[in-house]
Amino acid sequence: MINYLGRDVPDYVEGYGKVKHYLGAFKTVPEGTAYGPPIKAASPRRSKFYPNLTDLFKGLGLKSGMTFSFHHHLRNGDQVVNMVLDTAAKLGLNDLAVSLTAAFPTHAPMIGHIKSGVVTSLRTSGVYGPLAAAISGGVLPKPVIFHSHGGRPRSLKSGELKVDVAIIAAPTADDRGNLSGAVGKSACGSLGYAFGDADHATHVVAVTDNLVDYPLLPASIGQNKVDHVVLVESLGDPQGIVSGTTKVTKDPVGLVIADLAAKAIKASGLLKNGFSFQTGAGGASLAAAHYVGQMMREAKVKGSFALGGITGYMVDMLEEGLFGNLYDVQSFDLESVRSMSRNPNHVEVSADLYANPFNSGCLVNDLDAVILGATEIDIDFNVNAITGSDGVLMGAAGGHPDTAAGAKMTVIVATLLRSRLPIVVDRVITATTPGETVDVLVTEYGLAVNPSRPDLKDRFVKAGLTVKDIHELKRLAEDLAGVPEKLTFDGPIVALVEYRDGTIIDTVRAAGQ
Amino acid sequence: MTSRRSMLFVPGNNPAMVQTARLFGADVIILDLEDAVAPSEKDAARELVASALMAIDYGPAEKCVRLNGLDACCSEDLVDIVPSHPDLVMLPKVNRAEDIISLAGELDRHERPGQKRIGILAIIESPQGLAEVHEIANSHFRLMGLLLGAEDYTAMVGSTRTKEGAEIAVPRALVVNAAAAGDIESFDAVFTDANDEEGLLADTRLAKNMGFTGKAAVNPRQIKTINDTFNPSPAEIEQARRIVKALAQAEKEGSGVASVGGKMVDAPVAKRALNLMNLARKLGLAS
Repeated sequence: MINYLGRDVPDYVEGYGKVKHYLGAFKTVPEGTAYGPPIKAASPRRSKFYPNLTDLFKGLGLKSGMTFSFHHHLRNGDQVVNMVLDTAAKLGLNDLAVSLTAAFPTHAPMIGHIKSGVVTSLRTSGVYGPLAAAISGGVLPKPVIFHSHGGRPRSLKSGELKVDVAIIAAPTADDRGNLSGAVGKSACGSLGYAFGDADHATHVVAVTDNLVDYPLLPASIGQNKVDHVVLVESLGDPQGIVSGTTKVTKDPVGLVIADLAAKAIKASGLLKNGFSFQTGAGGASLAAAHYVGQMMREAKVKGSFALGGITGYMVDMLEEGLFGNLYDVQSFDLESVRSMSRNPNHVEVSADLYANPFNSGCLVNDLDAVILGATEIDIDFNVNAITGSDGVLMGAAGGHPDTAAGAKMTVIVATLLRSRLPIVVDRVITATTPGETVDVLVTEYGLAVNPSRPDLKDRFVKAGLTVKDIHELKRLAEDLAGVPEKLTFDGPIVALVEYRDGTIIDTVRAAGQ
Repeated sequence: MTSRRSMLFVPGNNPAMVQTARLFGADVIILDLEDAVAPSEKDAARELVASALMAIDYGPAEKCVRLNGLDACCSEDLVDIVPSHPDLVMLPKVNRAEDIISLAGELDRHERPGQKRIGILAIIESPQGLAEVHEIANSHFRLMGLLLGAEDYTAMVGSTRTKEGAEIAVPRALVVNAAAAGDIESFDAVFTDANDEEGLLADTRLAKNMGFTGKAAVNPRQIKTINDTFNPSPAEIEQARRIVKALAQAEKEGSGVASVGGKMVDAPVAKRALNLMNLARKLGLAS
């Protein structure tokens, strides 16, 4: 059927089942009670320790058809997913469901496990690299479910995602199962995405390469939630885990966009004491944070908190006193890893607290402004964050739909043209974030305001900003680059885009191969 | 004093930069066919620049093309470029007044009847050019301004190029003086380290204080600093406003002499104040 957003989504999808359709950003409400795992008991002096993954699999009797979950805090340095799936394959397991909070090029070996039937389904917030292309080509027998960072803890709580084995890569652990990401050779900072897995999985397994004496304090995840501890030689490549120092972009066009985005935030009237803010880790997003910081300094504004994936740049803003607190669900670089362990105002938070729409109050609801990217945006302000202009998977929903829904002002920053293609289109190929939650598009040629926010438009016009109609920006892009040929996708459905409330907002069909 | 504070060099063979050049607030956009373009790519760059001049709306910025030298393929450049209506062309390696007169002759031949006359900017970047800079500045009515090319100049005289710029103090002064004598504009050399913001600011302040009317840039990130520095300051605007008011008052009273703060306003000061107020109004800095 054609859903609320005008997207054609079938009522039933093979390999997924009956579809609960998207009805609007705040229309679907939860029902029932929260799902919980079996009640557990640990006898005194019983060891949780396994010397390797093979012994763990045999000891727990892990078998085909189970659901394994993983977090992506080790990003492109992660080898834990590969090690666990290799072990499962070696022991003859198949038909495994994988819930991996985001997949990176390092996870390319999963393609082999999919082809051999070891892995048959995947839930994730985003896929990068060879695995993304393979999924777009239809390698998986069941459609991938793309969730948001807030949608995942919601599905754990509702029981839609039932995890048999939560594998929590832990940069440091003790043998009773106290875990921390703050220290160790594979330090990654926050373990925020894994908290829900520790609460809801049948077996909670810590995998570490840094086993320390008991007790490990402070611990991010405590021994009362962790059933087993496995020691491996290495969790992965530290170079891929933290990206080093993240820097403000030097790209002049990126700076023009960032400058205008910051001016829009100032003109919105939100930039006052108690201001709260989220931005991405990309160079242009950081540049926007840089300009926002300058404005806060000049106006002597003391912000309340910054949220999300945290970079050294945000740490500098915290230490300068521009913000009172950082809420860290994911640490992007070494500076943020260090800061979280030494600064009591830099706080590790779970994905549930960060963005779950179905709890008693998530942090994104208290955001004043968020700056987000897009691969495409359409004239109704719907945003595509997961497929490219060719329909091939290339990005992540991440916290995009969550922060857009929660923030008082959602700003999308994007260059008007990307590789000769206009990014403002009549209709995005894949809708990940509904236009009703997006307020402003900022490009190098000016900004466009969602017609649902005439108040913002008035403020921007009064502030002398270059305000254009989104149709005008689209025309401008097409004048420069021409009108791209319309692509149609009528192959099989390779992925479903789950909105944060658990409804299906759109589908992704096979492309690219 | 004109509103040409900043001029941005853009490689004429880079479609993305040619397209985005309008975004940075430069008063003059120089689409470069000379140094930025390898000899084997001159044809393609000419075609791109000619198309861009016709197709892209550069807004309030003036469109300029840096030609290849008269000793290179300048004539071929003009065949493609003149019909595309640039506002200005920039001639490199100008050594004598005849170079400008020769280029002006070519422009006369290529411009179509009714076409807006194309102005010329000259780069002074050789010892010979500097020695003849006064003649050059007064060579032709098409000549709008002089740009000091410090990199080539210092290489040719064998001096060491430094950020502080002591080695180009005299060339700078000569260019400013020649331009003032010829009643044309003068543009300071580029500051090549795009990552040194403080260095750029100091260099631009020095240029303004020496009397340059503007400065060239190699990186779009330099434009804001250059524009801000060449913008008349609030104090300058206030002083100019007082002078203009005193002049108006003197005229009203039939007095030939105006004075501000007990000092007589002489003609050059009056002219400068009027120009400065015009610039400030044009830039929206004064009403």
